[in-house]
Amino acid sequence: MGVRTWLGSWPVYRQLTGSDPLGLGAAAKSARSKELTARTETADSVARSICPYCAVGCGQRVYVKDGQVTQIEGDPDSPISRGRLCPKGAASKNLVTSELRQQKVRYRRPYGTEWEDLDLATAMDMIADRVIAARDATWEDVDSDGRPLHRTLGFASLGGATLDNEENYLIKKLFTALGALQIENQARI
Amino acid sequence: MAECHPVGFQWVMEAKDRGATVIHVDPRFTRTSALADRYVPIRAGTDIAFLGGIVNYILANELDFREYVLAYTNAATIISEDFRDAEDIDGLFSGFKPDRHAYDSTTWQYEGQPTLTAGGADTNNQRATAGPLLHESHGPPLAAGDHRRDETLRDPRCVYQILKRHFARYTPEVVEATCGVSREAFQAVCEAWTRNSGRERTTALVYSVGWTQHSVGVQYIRTGAIIQALLGNMGRPGGGILALRGHASIQGSTDVPTLFNLLPGYLPMPHHALHPTFDAWVGSMSAPDQKGFWASARAYATSLLKAYWGDAATADNDYCYDYLPRMTGDHGTYETALSMIDGTVKGYFLLGQNPAVGSAHGRAQRLGMANLDWLVVRDLFMIESATFWKDGPEVATGEVVPERCATEVFFLPAASHVEKEGTFTQTQRLLQWREKAVEPPGDARSELWFFYHLGRIIRRKLAGSTQARDRAILDLTWDYPESGAESDPSAEAVLKELNGYEVATGKPLSTYVQARDDGSTAVGCWIYTGVYADGVNQAARRKPGSEQSWVALEWGWSWPLNRRILYNRASADPQGRPWSERKAYIRWDDKQGKWIGPDVPDFEPTKHPEYRPPEGATGPAGLAGDDAFIMQADGKAWLYVPSGLIDGPLPTHYEPVESPIRNPLYGQQANPARRAYQRPDNQLNPSPPEAHSDVFPYVLAVGRLTEHHTAGGMSRNLRYLAELQPAMFVEVSPELAAERGLEHLGWAHLVTLRSAIEARVVVTERITPLRVGGRVLHQIWVPYHWGGQGLTRGDSANDLFGIVLDPNVLIQENKVGTCDIRPGRRPTGPALRDYIAEYHRRAGVTPERRSPIVTTDPHRED
Amino acid sequence: MDRMGFFTDTSVCIGCKACEVACKEWNEVPSHGLNLLGMSFDNTGALTANSWRHVAFVEQPRPAPDFLGMPGSHPPGQNGSADGRSDFRWLMMSDVCKHCTHAACLDVCPTGALFRTEFETVVVQEDICNGCGNCIPACPYGVIDKRENDGRAWKCTLCYDRIGAGMTPACAQACPTESIQYGRLDELRERAERRVERLHADGVPEARLYGHDPGDGVGGDGAFFLLLDEPEVYGLPPDPVVTTRDLPRMWRQAGLAALTMAAAVAAAFIWRSPS
Repeated sequence: MGVRTWLGSWPVYRQLTGSDPLGLGAAAKSARSKELTARTETADSVARSICPYCAVGCGQRVYVKDGQVTQIEGDPDSPISRGRLCPKGAASKNLVTSELRQQKVRYRRPYGTEWEDLDLATAMDMIADRVIAARDATWEDVDSDGRPLHRTLGFASLGGATLDNEENYLIKKLFTALGALQIENQARI
Repeated sequence: MAECHPVGFQWVMEAKDRGATVIHVDPRFTRTSALADRYVPIRAGTDIAFLGGIVNYILANELDFREYVLAYTNAATIISEDFRDAEDIDGLFSGFKPDRHAYDSTTWQYEGQPTLTAGGADTNNQRATAGPLLHESHGPPLAAGDHRRDETLRDPRCVYQILKRHFARYTPEVVEATCGVSREAFQAVCEAWTRNSGRERTTALVYSVGWTQHSVGVQYIRTGAIIQALLGNMGRPGGGILALRGHASIQGSTDVPTLFNLLPGYLPMPHHALHPTFDAWVGSMSAPDQKGFWASARAYATSLLKAYWGDAATADNDYCYDYLPRMTGDHGTYETALSMIDGTVKGYFLLGQNPAVGSAHGRAQRLGMANLDWLVVRDLFMIESATFWKDGPEVATGEVVPERCATEVFFLPAASHVEKEGTFTQTQRLLQWREKAVEPPGDARSELWFFYHLGRIIRRKLAGSTQARDRAILDLTWDYPESGAESDPSAEAVLKELNGYEVATGKPLSTYVQARDDGSTAVGCWIYTGVYADGVNQAARRKPGSEQSWVALEWGWSWPLNRRILYNRASADPQGRPWSERKAYIRWDDKQGKWIGPDVPDFEPTKHPEYRPPEGATGPAGLAGDDAFIMQADGKAWLYVPSGLIDGPLPTHYEPVESPIRNPLYGQQANPARRAYQRPDNQLNPSPPEAHSDVFPYVLAVGRLTEHHTAGGMSRNLRYLAELQPAMFVEVSPELAAERGLEHLGWAHLVTLRSAIEARVVVTERITPLRVGGRVLHQIWVPYHWGGQGLTRGDSANDLFGIVLDPNVLIQENKVGTCDIRPGRRPTGPALRDYIAEYHRRAGVTPERRSPIVTTDPHRED
Repeated sequence: MDRMGFFTDTSVCIGCKACEVACKEWNEVPSHGLNLLGMSFDNTGALTANSWRHVAFVEQPRPAPDFLGMPGSHPPGQNGSADGRSDFRWLMMSDVCKHCTHAACLDVCPTGALFRTEFETVVVQEDICNGCGNCIPACPYGVIDKRENDGRAWKCTLCYDRIGAGMTPACAQACPTESIQYGRLDELRERAERRVERLHADGVPEARLYGHDPGDGVGGDGAFFLLLDEPEVYGLPPDPVVTTRDLPRMWRQAGLAALTMAAAVAAAFIWRSPS
């Protein structure tokens, strides 16, 4: 920092040399204040999204800079929400960027007392094996009168009301093809 | 609504600013009450008595919108002479089978009608399979032919007269004695509602889905529907019944169901005995010569099977119908949880849901999970349902010991809403597409990724199988385009499959009318057909609301066919003219020869209002030009429901299953057709006429706070939300605080036969004692957001509830119950179970005890 | 540049606290901690360095004449008819820095950290503030506050960065019911007058404005309110006065005593007369 710059950053100097002798306004503006811009202005991209909490379906704009979400706020274009959000919707960035979010697979072996690490691909393979085994162990081909059942009551699922339609569709399609019936979600609760 | 859906409430405020009167009926004074013109406190669980009183007010004073009622409802239809009302049988309708606590609905039918519901006249099967849930998109079947009507509404067997007799005893005095609502307040509500309905004005009824969480939840909404139909508030702007749902796509997860008894588009999951063949299955959905759009059910069913099994599905093999699993009864989430305790369920997936906190009887949920072989939890945060084996309440009591708990747990982090693309269906059936903003962090993946790849791995592992059972999974169409470093399947490709396409060309369909029953179309969810019309993602449309009409047809896409107000044909009179210019919406334009208006007409676009079906016409052609309710088999709004409901054709007041008082109206205390699980680990608090109800003298109501979300996973972990409501608390009135020695901000604990939970005491005059049936009744309110994980932790309100369900849809009663409340913290460790055991002893409850279901007074039966 | 401000209309506030959260998300304000305060639904407590919007909740039972509503005044619930408390009122107000016309905080700031922006709002500049704390007792509303573990003073900036970009401040943007309105102060004052007239006509005689009057002790607030009761009910001072009103006289005396003080520096403060 040169002397001139240094001096120029001193509010008193700015005040005495500028057009703001009372020192309350522009002369008092710091370097940071001068360069301040809304971070939404400098975002790399903006995604049009929908709030993940309740079913009002408020529009959200998701601002991204360097691959990170920097702001989520209401979408003024939405005829439903007109840019407004409730405290939960307004906390969406916290939801997405929270340091408390789990980012790694965790595994608890039978009779284990602590979580362990597990590779995602290994977890997927283990889960597939368990689905197949549970299905084999509990398969019901026909009822006592010989009518088809073609099913398993050996495994179940709960969840879907917070998920996308496309996701619910694949869940139901896959489980139905596996003969699994006990597929439920919050709509039952 | 301000409490749980603040942004939706802006429209209430807007209406209020334009002069609307806002009335809020709630057991406790909430943020909604604060902004309402009138707040009416009510005893939790008495809504049918309250709304039934309004029906009585309307009918006794003939304040119904008669022209609308005659044209668009079944008020004039004549009912079977064998029907007997609950008024005649002390709270039971005709056809009750005491041995099964279920009805034979034969006597409820329209005169001369056979029973045609999917489960036949015996409602037992329908109850087990939550059959009435099918009717979210359409009414039950009716045989062809006209039904005898009396347009004068004088025939004693017409629906109007039956309704009038049924609700005649629901007087202001009975409302006051049952609900604790003063006659003055009740009268004011009656007057406001009726005065603001009719030709020139409409009234909206808004509920939040806590209304469904009752043993009579469906009939609550039915009572509201009767009022709205009688007053002509359905299918019209500013009217309707609006359900406010708590999850972003809870509507979508019913339309595209992750529910045991449904297939996409409200097609029934087959039942082993009722639907042994494809023909029996599709035959159960609609009568062969039925009127209305549901007559095309065979095309929707065939097209779904084509979407599932593609080339393998042919006419010769009934489109792989035998690949579908068969229901044999109740396979709902509560039956499943109890089956876990009993050891018959091996594995469990939890997908963004937290039953340890969010489901009734948390202890049963956790003990069930502790008895699994394996559990997969997919969530954003470490939730209670993932950690029950480590630090759950049962670890504290010693009922679960980690070293002896065999459940293998996989926690897989999930992608958030900004880390994947796809559609949510919001509460008014509007699909809105979300763009992907960023990649999910670390191992986090979408459910789409998880299930697509799980399916791929399973199919690979079973590839060489020769077992018949594996054909369904190996023949499945499972070939979605992948992209990106993590091989994400294309959500848009799945949306296109939901929309449906021509098999030969892959061309997307633009309306469900194009669905065929010959295998030439594949449709994943027929009610969503049109969302991908012209190969364009219509759910992604974002024309600003300020640049289009108030109906905003170019923002997102709603089912069916982008219609925003269902049954909007009813916004015009039978001749097709608006009921009034003030409430104009859809009207017949003679010059253009079609229906016009700001919305997509919910009617055949060029069907003349004076069209009358020729003799023997079926399907849509069977509906007349003034049959506004086109998904109903008779084109009418049903004031009286001849089939499709388990617990009666009319709503009738039953007490909550746990209630401190005897039913003031009938000997029948609670819903006689409720789904009960009578087992030692699910004992319900005694209620009259059973002895010892005084052990649990207070009414317990449960709800939500603006600052938190459902079971709390998405709010208790967020610092900016946790700090706004930082502790589990219980709201009590100053009077109850004095009665029980409770101190503001001190501790108290609540006790039921299931468990005891503790909470900080908030003494507030927002809770008021009610005078009910000559005694003072105290209500207690707790939020249910808390659990043992997160930034703010506390006991879970749902641990207090047992499991008893509405028979129509198998949803639990956990918005009302009874409890005791005591100052101070609850016992901890094994002492907690001893404490609960002591309450069992005091309440005279042994493991063998069964709650009485039928409680009618034999002297009152005819 | 027009003077910009907030008009907070408490008659439509639903107490959802979206303003508190939206403010914190945008301005990255730290959590204020987990404290159940028992002040109705207010668990924030006050405007602090870590809460730049604060929603106050006031429960006002207005019992029917025969119902005293006091615990112990009669057998519990004896008069508890269903409508006994239907006159109950629950007031909610989202409080915020008032951005005073005569801002004492700004007057007493020795470093120039506090300044008046081109929108005539009052902002603390975090790169200048040295944490001296002079501003804190100076505020007649008790708004500005020092942050622990940081030492600097923090308060609402009226989203200086956002409004500079032509955007709405985060709290007003989120507010579901337009209880918080942002705009040109002169327009907001007109709108507020009309709103009060409307409420009076609609039978809400208790509606009144607070902080709108340029003739008040702080020269009028850049953020003013429509209240439904006396200001004290909401925890607001009934008649706030800029604490530096007498400052010029005080400084003249101080200046005489401190002859070694650099004249230019002293002048910077002496000349700050709110007159």
